[in-house]
Amino acid sequence: MARRVRIALKTAVWGACLAPLVLLVYRAATGDLTANPISFVTNTLGDWTLRILLASLAMTPLRLVFGVAWPITLRRLLGLFAFFYVCLHFSVWIVLDHFFDWPRMWADIVKRPYITMGMLALLSLIPLAATSTAGMVRRLGARTWTRLHRLAYAAGVLGCLHFLWLAKVGRRDQYWHALVLTLLLGVRVGHVAVRATRKRLSSARGRRVNPPTLTAP
Amino acid sequence: MLSRRGQHFTSNDITDRTVYLNRREWMVGAAALVLIPGESEASVAQGQALKATRNEAQSLQETPTKFEAATTYNNFYEFGVNKEDPARLAGTLKPRPWAVQVDGLVHKPKTYDIDELLRLAPLEERVYSLRCVEGWSMVLPWIGYPLAALLKRVEPTGKARYVEFTTLLDPSQFPAQRPSFFGFSLEWPYVEGLRLDEALHPLTLLTVGMYGQVLPNQNGAPVRVVVPWKYGFKSAKSLVRIRAVADEPKTAWNRAAPQEYGFYSNVNPAVSHPRWSQATERRIGEFRRRPTLPFNGYGDQVAPLYAGMDLKKHY
Repeated sequence: MARRVRIALKTAVWGACLAPLVLLVYRAATGDLTANPISFVTNTLGDWTLRILLASLAMTPLRLVFGVAWPITLRRLLGLFAFFYVCLHFSVWIVLDHFFDWPRMWADIVKRPYITMGMLALLSLIPLAATSTAGMVRRLGARTWTRLHRLAYAAGVLGCLHFLWLAKVGRRDQYWHALVLTLLLGVRVGHVAVRATRKRLSSARGRRVNPPTLTAP
Repeated sequence: MLSRRGQHFTSNDITDRTVYLNRREWMVGAAALVLIPGESEASVAQGQALKATRNEAQSLQETPTKFEAATTYNNFYEFGVNKEDPARLAGTLKPRPWAVQVDGLVHKPKTYDIDELLRLAPLEERVYSLRCVEGWSMVLPWIGYPLAALLKRVEPTGKARYVEFTTLLDPSQFPAQRPSFFGFSLEWPYVEGLRLDEALHPLTLLTVGMYGQVLPNQNGAPVRVVVPWKYGFKSAKSLVRIRAVADEPKTAWNRAAPQEYGFYSNVNPAVSHPRWSQATERRIGEFRRRPTLPFNGYGDQVAPLYAGMDLKKHY
């Protein structure tokens, strides 16, 4: 892919991912954060964490379905933005929502399933962010790195559970997010299944067609 | 929708009709606010003034929540699930003419016109705190009179043990009552209920106004009930029927999620909602959370109603 196109794509991702934060800062500056600003900010940051995380998880399926390579170049950037938003989300929860009331926060983490899921999602994103550099890929080896980064699926599932379990009856967007995640995971499962079937068929055919070539006289 | 060359689409395909109509209403409203000289800078139009005498004994000594917050941050599912939906959409509700049917197990059933209801007893202003089950609270200067004044007029029979409240069912006035794609969570009409002794308790207020004016639509116009020691959803809005009954009413939230919302739903920091703690709350306008009080601070007056009851079981 042309370097210029890649730069344009990445710039677009930067813009799209920073826009919600800029809007939030603007609304804060103009006193437009609703009557319950802390709740609004927490929810907005959480929404965007999950959306961007799902976007990062969509890159590989896009490549699989459309056979194009460019989405992969955006995957890391999107993943890091998801991590950035989850850090803000978590910080707001600690500082603004609970104001460092550690015992109460800890009680919530262990007692409230939706908070437990959110916490686990956050924890599973930490090693991914920490090993996101090319140097870490080299150090870990591509195989280990790829395995480790399957945690991103876990983060997606945990993030969706977090949303499903906190959303009150009558809201709908939690279902949309879960549906998107299911589709994205479905594409991968489908892809793995198709590949496995092909492999089995071709190896079966291989045995039938030329069994003697491998045996030396 | 994807546009391809050769395919035509109209602006209707882009903007849903109801969306742009709403937008127009909003613009007309905004223009009116700008054009009316002498209007305050508040973004919410002021309603008709309502005279009432402050009941100091039944009023909190706290500064009320800002009027703007109280009228833009609402749970009123008939308009939508988001907090800003009621303020945005409540223009469709027509609080006049309005009648409230008061019947069931009573000796003198009667359908009251709203203006007759307003004159039934002296209007009092009472500053109550309202604790939402979601963990936030407000301090609100309501205007009304004890529900008991109305109930005594219709004379509940000896068989009456509960009182059922029914909110208006009219999808033309309540947009969220229209059927939608995902079905929906609550069954309409919204039904709430109290035990008869709770309904007769002097704190239970039949409410027709707040902040010195008639109830804004998004706060449950033209008449609602306010039960300050219970979570906010128990205080049903826009009532069309008050009925004395023998059996515990099937209330809207209890039907939707029985494990989360019990019939009693007294404010109780010791009983968590299954998904979140009720130990603290954020008073709207304050930064730090504050501890939630049993019965929302009204324990002295209402705890005797529940003597001998296991409130962890009857949540």
